Amino acid sequence: MKTISEINERIKKGKVVVTTAEEIIDLVDRKGLKKTSKEVDVVTTATFAPMCSSGAYFNIGQPKPKIKLGGGKVYLNGIPCYSGFAAGDFFLGVTSLPDDDPKNRIYPGEFRYGGGHLLEDLVSGKDVKLEAYGYGTDCYPRKRLSAWVNINDFNEAILFNPRNCYQNYNAAVNLSKKTIYTYMGMLKPNLGNAHYCSSGQLSPLLNDPYYRTIGLGTRVFLGGRVGYIAWYGTQHNPKVERTKKGIPKEPAGTLALIGDLKGMKQQWLRGASFLGYGATLIVGIGIPIPLLNEEICRFTTVKDKDIYTKIVDYSESHPSGEKSNLGEVNYEELKSGKITVCRKKVPTASLSSYSKAKEIAEILKSWIEEGSFFLTEPVERIPSVNSKVGFKPLKERPIR
Amino acid sequence: MTVSKKIVLRFPPTLVDQPVVYRLVKDYNLSFNILKASVTPKEEGLLVLELTGKEKDYQRGIDFLSRLKIKIQPLSKDVTRDEDRCTHCGVCIDVCPTQAFVLDPKTKRVEFYKDKCIACELCIKICPPRAMELHF
Ligand code: SF4
Ligand code: SF4
Repeated sequence: MKTISEINERIKKGKVVVTTAEEIIDLVDRKGLKKTSKEVDVVTTATFAPMCSSGAYFNIGQPKPKIKLGGGKVYLNGIPCYSGFAAGDFFLGVTSLPDDDPKNRIYPGEFRYGGGHLLEDLVSGKDVKLEAYGYGTDCYPRKRLSAWVNINDFNEAILFNPRNCYQNYNAAVNLSKKTIYTYMGMLKPNLGNAHYCSSGQLSPLLNDPYYRTIGLGTRVFLGGRVGYIAWYGTQHNPKVERTKKGIPKEPAGTLALIGDLKGMKQQWLRGASFLGYGATLIVGIGIPIPLLNEEICRFTTVKDKDIYTKIVDYSESHPSGEKSNLGEVNYEELKSGKITVCRKKVPTASLSSYSKAKEIAEILKSWIEEGSFFLTEPVERIPSVNSKVGFKPLKERPIR
Repeated sequence: MTVSKKIVLRFPPTLVDQPVVYRLVKDYNLSFNILKASVTPKEEGLLVLELTGKEKDYQRGIDFLSRLKIKIQPLSKDVTRDEDRCTHCGVCIDVCPTQAFVLDPKTKRVEFYKDKCIACELCIKICPPRAMELHF
């Protein structure tokens, strides 16, 4: 048994022992669970994948004379932002698209520049065009503002992602006769390919399946600097089917993350385009797990072959909202490049980058070892399997 | 002097089942690497070759192909990867018709074998961070 403050003490003294969620697997195999859980203090987990429920809020200070953005309109590089806040604030979502983007009118749409690309441009220090329209009040008389700004011109630029870090995700296939373009990528007809999106054995919530250590207020790596868990994420759904070891077999827990966009790195926040689907942001996240006891240590030894997910048809059952399951498959099989679905050999590809996730886990490890990153006691637990929190489809009550 | 060029050949239906490439090797001392081969619905044959040999032999080989009424085009488009933008996710692997992308099982990085690329451009719009670039 260890406490977080004991681990922090060891970080301060330069004596902390940190491994990545990949390294711990071998270590426990070699030395056993008991010894390893005593010797190792922290395991680092990570993911680097497209996460559409991401965005940032900004405060512009005020030009002279002042303008009321609230209730008006705000564009950055032509991308519409949400301005329903106070006079100086607005929010930018990563899937937002310019009004004149053809979207899917020319099918499949390319979505070359959206909110995610704009965030990447801001993080890399580029100037972007701010255009704002206010309706004019006695205290905020200005009606129009058009100016170049970069990230340093804002008072605050805060990344705030309502849903990141999905604990497991579907493997997507296409049973239909035509190619489909989805948020899981281009899916070829007649089971032509299967796409998955999880860093598997490195993925944060798969290494702490019941959220024993990861909680509200946990300090994390977000986009290349320190961030925090603000809340559990939207669609958080802990009560799904799990394996005997407690690993969810379908999309389950999620996290809402927050952090200062200033100082984040372009390398870990990448604008992305999904053909026929839309624009988004690829987000880099790393989460430390303190090995407080043997059980927590055992959870971090989860391997790709212990993590199962369901194969879901994205041509019909997923869009119509029907449950479908064409079988279960584990991440070792998915990563081998080929799986079998309905007796057919299907090539696989990933949307989430394992090699980049590994890099993030290594960076977080070095921050902790250097003594520049300390662990936090969660302020509150994330709702787990015994809570009331869960996902439900919308019960549509038609307006007559 | 040896030359090595990538070319696109379009065969009329009458030639599809002829051993043309074999003649290039036997009669003109050229070596080849087939980058893509297919027959279109109109039974026109499409062959993308990398052809290597002595400059003189190469020219004679090309003349031979022209005499057979095979349309020859240089493969002039070039697809490169912006290494800095590539996140090594792997989405491109299953779209590429020539297996130019390979996931290294050890490093888990996606290697791009440019010599296998036939510049079909499929990966350009598929790559989410748009790391694949087309040059003319
Ligand atoms: S899809 Fe793009 S980013 Fe992903 S591995 Fe291929 S080239 Fe790299
Ligand atoms: S352009 Fe892209 S998809 Fe086409 S052959 Fe080259 S690497 Fe493969």
